[in-house]
Amino acid sequence: MHAYANPARFLRIARPLTAPLLLGGLLLTALALAWGLFVVPPDRLMGETVRILFVHVPAAWLGMGGWMAIAIASLVELVWRHPLATIAARAAALPGAVFTAICLATGSIWGRPTWGTWWVWDGRLTSMLVLLFLYFGYIALAQALAREGSSTRIAAIFGLVGAVNVPIINRSVVWWNSLHQPPSITLGQSAIDTVFLVPLLVATLGFSLIFGGVVLARMRTLLAEVQAEARLRRRALEAPV
Amino acid sequence: MNSPRSRPALKPKHQRLVLVVLAVLALFGAGLLAAWGLRSQANYFYVPADMVADPPAPGQAVRLGGMVETGSIATLPDGITIRFVVGDGQERVPVTFAGIAPALFVEGSGVVAEGALLANGTFAATNLLAKHDENYMPRELEGMSTAQARTTVAETLE
Repeated sequence: MHAYANPARFLRIARPLTAPLLLGGLLLTALALAWGLFVVPPDRLMGETVRILFVHVPAAWLGMGGWMAIAIASLVELVWRHPLATIAARAAALPGAVFTAICLATGSIWGRPTWGTWWVWDGRLTSMLVLLFLYFGYIALAQALAREGSSTRIAAIFGLVGAVNVPIINRSVVWWNSLHQPPSITLGQSAIDTVFLVPLLVATLGFSLIFGGVVLARMRTLLAEVQAEARLRRRALEAPV
Repeated sequence: MNSPRSRPALKPKHQRLVLVVLAVLALFGAGLLAAWGLRSQANYFYVPADMVADPPAPGQAVRLGGMVETGSIATLPDGITIRFVVGDGQERVPVTFAGIAPALFVEGSGVVAEGALLANGTFAATNLLAKHDENYMPRELEGMSTAQARTTVAETLE
């Protein structure tokens, strides 16, 4: 791991990787969404609204996966003190928040025709909304700490503590009676018919590649910001008074 | 990070690792305990078995969730009120509702009714929410055997 903690070495890998990840992700996502919109047959009960599945499920997966990325990066930062981990956590926060918001919005749009309501305060919906607020808190905290130039350890602790919510989101439909349905895809089996499952998996892969590409691009931006600031500071110190 | 004494260089790192892992474990334990404690309070609805075993006070706003029993939906003579039975495999609760039911409200499917239990044991619903189950299946495949379904899917994908 030490080998990749070096920013220069990281950039050498990240620079050629960003564009293929983004482009490949966009292509796969476009393919999966077109497949989901035009090829897949309507569901036996939900009819056409089943097509929202292909955006909702990948977005939910990345909303939770984004926070797991923050939590792992926070752990690495706290234990190994790698500055690159700090930057990785900050980079994952914004796309994670965006995907969580997409998940909530598409779920709400699907809920209106299916359940008969835009929103209910059941375990799954509430814990997902809490995740969105955790993202907002994390982004604000990390930005404030970066601006002040103070230690980012508080943000890392916040990232680890917030991870408690992820298994709660995952288990909320099992532990409690909820309006949201229990998991359709569990280890090794799926209650989703193959015609829906295959484009769903392609969409999930596509969304994930986009997420990876955005995180790499944002990490490069944040690294460049840090370098530019350091250079300015050095120049200010060297300048004749 | 080099300490002046010839201490093994990795030690503080490992110390932090152990501390952070212990803290995370304690934290997750606390979170799980809290969620466990919420078990009965965080339920979005009562199932008929709960409602029969420990009935809420008549008139108290509660939600009842379960399966709409097959063949139980009937329209009352007034033309707007529907009557159906919600069951969970153990108990059955009759429900009345006057209003527009969601499109997915069908017999043999899940429903969450908001309303109150009347003194006579009937649940008077003021709002119905359809509960979708975890199964996603195209319309044409309903009622088919797995082998038939596979053939149809293969034809669709050709």
